[in-house]
Amino acid sequence: MLSQIIAVTGVNIRSIPARLGSSAVAVIGIAGVVLVFVAVLSIAEGVNATMKASGDPDVVLILRAGSDTEMTSGLAGDAVRVIQDAPGIARDGASGGPMTSPELFVVVDHPLKRSGSPANVPLRGVTAEAFKVHSRLKIVEGRNFEFGKNEIIAGRAASRQFVGLNVGTPLKWGESTWTLVGIFEDGGSVSESELWCDVKVLQPAYRRGNSYQSVYARLASADSFQQLKDSLTSNPQITVSTMRAADYYGSQTETLQMIVRTIGGIIGVLMGVGAVFGAIITMYTAVASRTREIATLRALGFGSIPVVISVLVEGALLSLVGGLIGGLIAWIAFDGYETATMNFQSFSQIAFAFAVTPRLLAQGLFYALVMGLVGGLLPAIRAARLPVVNALREL
Amino acid sequence: MKFFPIVWRNLLRRKFRTFFTMGAIFFAFLLFGVLMAIRTAFGMNIEMAGQGRLMMIDKVSIINPLPASYEGQIRQVAGVTDVTHSNWFGGYYQDVRNQFATFAVDPESWLRIYAKEFELPEDQKKAFIADRTGAIVGIDTARKYGFKVGQRVPIQGTIYRRPDGGPWEFTIDGIYDSKIKGADKTNLVFNYQFLRETIPEQSGFRDRYNWYVFTIADPDRAPEIAAKIDAMFANSPSETKTNTEKAFVSDWAKQVGDIGSIMMWIVAMAMFTILLVAGNTMAQAIRERINELAVLKTLGFSEGRILWMVLLESTLIACVGGLLGLGLSYALITLSGDPTHGLLPAFYFPTPAVVAGIGLVLALGIGSGFLPAWQASRLRIVDALRRN
Repeated sequence: MLSQIIAVTGVNIRSIPARLGSSAVAVIGIAGVVLVFVAVLSIAEGVNATMKASGDPDVVLILRAGSDTEMTSGLAGDAVRVIQDAPGIARDGASGGPMTSPELFVVVDHPLKRSGSPANVPLRGVTAEAFKVHSRLKIVEGRNFEFGKNEIIAGRAASRQFVGLNVGTPLKWGESTWTLVGIFEDGGSVSESELWCDVKVLQPAYRRGNSYQSVYARLASADSFQQLKDSLTSNPQITVSTMRAADYYGSQTETLQMIVRTIGGIIGVLMGVGAVFGAIITMYTAVASRTREIATLRALGFGSIPVVISVLVEGALLSLVGGLIGGLIAWIAFDGYETATMNFQSFSQIAFAFAVTPRLLAQGLFYALVMGLVGGLLPAIRAARLPVVNALREL
Repeated sequence: MKFFPIVWRNLLRRKFRTFFTMGAIFFAFLLFGVLMAIRTAFGMNIEMAGQGRLMMIDKVSIINPLPASYEGQIRQVAGVTDVTHSNWFGGYYQDVRNQFATFAVDPESWLRIYAKEFELPEDQKKAFIADRTGAIVGIDTARKYGFKVGQRVPIQGTIYRRPDGGPWEFTIDGIYDSKIKGADKTNLVFNYQFLRETIPEQSGFRDRYNWYVFTIADPDRAPEIAAKIDAMFANSPSETKTNTEKAFVSDWAKQVGDIGSIMMWIVAMAMFTILLVAGNTMAQAIRERINELAVLKTLGFSEGRILWMVLLESTLIACVGGLLGLGLSYALITLSGDPTHGLLPAFYFPTPAVVAGIGLVLALGIGSGFLPAWQASRLRIVDALRRN
């Protein structure tokens, strides 16, 4: 039995080059589906990766209770002082002050490189403490902004997506003119899509008085989160919600990811079924063109199961080749492709790179295999059930 | 048509293959419908946005609201026929996940300017205009949360806060619908006066609006009027940016960016791959029968007639699969609407795309049948008969 299976399958596979045209069509069909599947989901993976990079586990974010984003939150200067005195926050080694960063998050209208049309660029006002709390942030070009001046630094991703964000460029927004003095990186996190400046300069420009929108704080130790949260929640002077930065950023792109995954899912299923039909046609043609050959094998005494298996193996093999090609093209064409989109929750642009992860490629290959097997099954059964005498007579 | 039975028998000869070819074409065109709906959804329905309407926001950022005093100044500009304003409220019902677009507006002028987008019975309009705590809600949101006319609904704000921290209680005075295809029927719109009284005066945000919308008598003068109005507010603390509503919507769509178009290209590629497979099979089915076609020629069938019969056969397969696929996707998309429940309200299958789809079906049928049929009709009978 086993030797029969190996023999028939061997004949099948060795004869693929003789039917190159129809096999190639099946391979292309499946490659197309896998390409689409991987490419669409790599958008979601890319956004996800950016969000994951944003959540330092030791950093918490404090917003006004009831606000789901920094954009809509608001904290008066007094509330910020109350927060800074809360227990559980790390102290700076040199000054002994709390490692907290009150920040103002606004958007500014600035043109995108790819379309030339205006978009909302996030602009964050920070204090000197910010660079201690966001400890991974480093200037990679130019220098940091000076406090008290209309100077600005731009994230690496923002400088790639928006017009004229180069060191030394003056930027005029409304009545104020800013100078871009540096480019920063922050471990691939969301802040690389942002512009940063001195909060004290930003507050009057946006009529915010002495108010902020969020406070980032570095925890004294990994387990002091609960202590800080409880103390802030029970304090009657303020109504705030406290969350880990990682959780916050995870929730920030829920909407975006849902759109991509919903649409990706619909497309993936529809195309998958379409491709299975394509594979069925191809395998059917392959079986039909070898009707006499299969009948001869049967007449020689080969059983029907080896014939079924040989057709299935051929289908699986073709689909794997297709899956590999599709995955490879997706990887070459899309992995690392940088773009920016609207983050519906923060109302501003978020830059990210498509991420074709190994997991995604494995899923794509698995999907290809399923398509090949399902596509090969019906023609395989048909091949096995051919009446030998009739089939031998067929042209 | 006399020879239709021959075409028919040819189709039934390999039922299995015919069926699955139709199936592949069916799914390809089902996908085509989804593709077109995605395109429309990510294009944010640019066709719909009013040409004769201008929108004005703060030049630096839409989040900086403009003074209320601008309204009177805009009204006095020659060519401006009506003005309304709006504030983004960011409301949600019960849970922060249940968000829908919520605006604080001036009811009377809003309903005048957006009469087609917000269609309401006359009595509901009157009730909304007269009710300080009133709101109107789109039929999609009303259905989703079971809002009824006359009901009081608590809506929590994400940007604005009541002094007591509680939600705003709105009376649903009306439920709007719209005959415009792909119109956003998820909004909740309420009276600005109700919001105004909760904004502390010293905050500097009272009597300031996120954007103004105004209509002009002659849409061709839009650039000129926009420039004039922006010049009027130049060098003030709140400089403005005025453009057609269409331009704003299109800029917004561009902010969403190439994600929509990338998805579209990818799907288009996949669809054509499937069509390639199906088309190739159809062509294959004809190539196999070349000696039969030679027999027909021997019997006296003209070249034109043979070509026509073969084309009929391939077009028939394409039409059955393709039209069913288009029909089903049209039905599904119309029935289910937005698959993300409110994030892409303009998710629908536009009529011009349906026409394009039908064109594509015919092109597929004719394209895949023509080449083999033409080759067959040009072959010398003797050569064709000899082929196996």
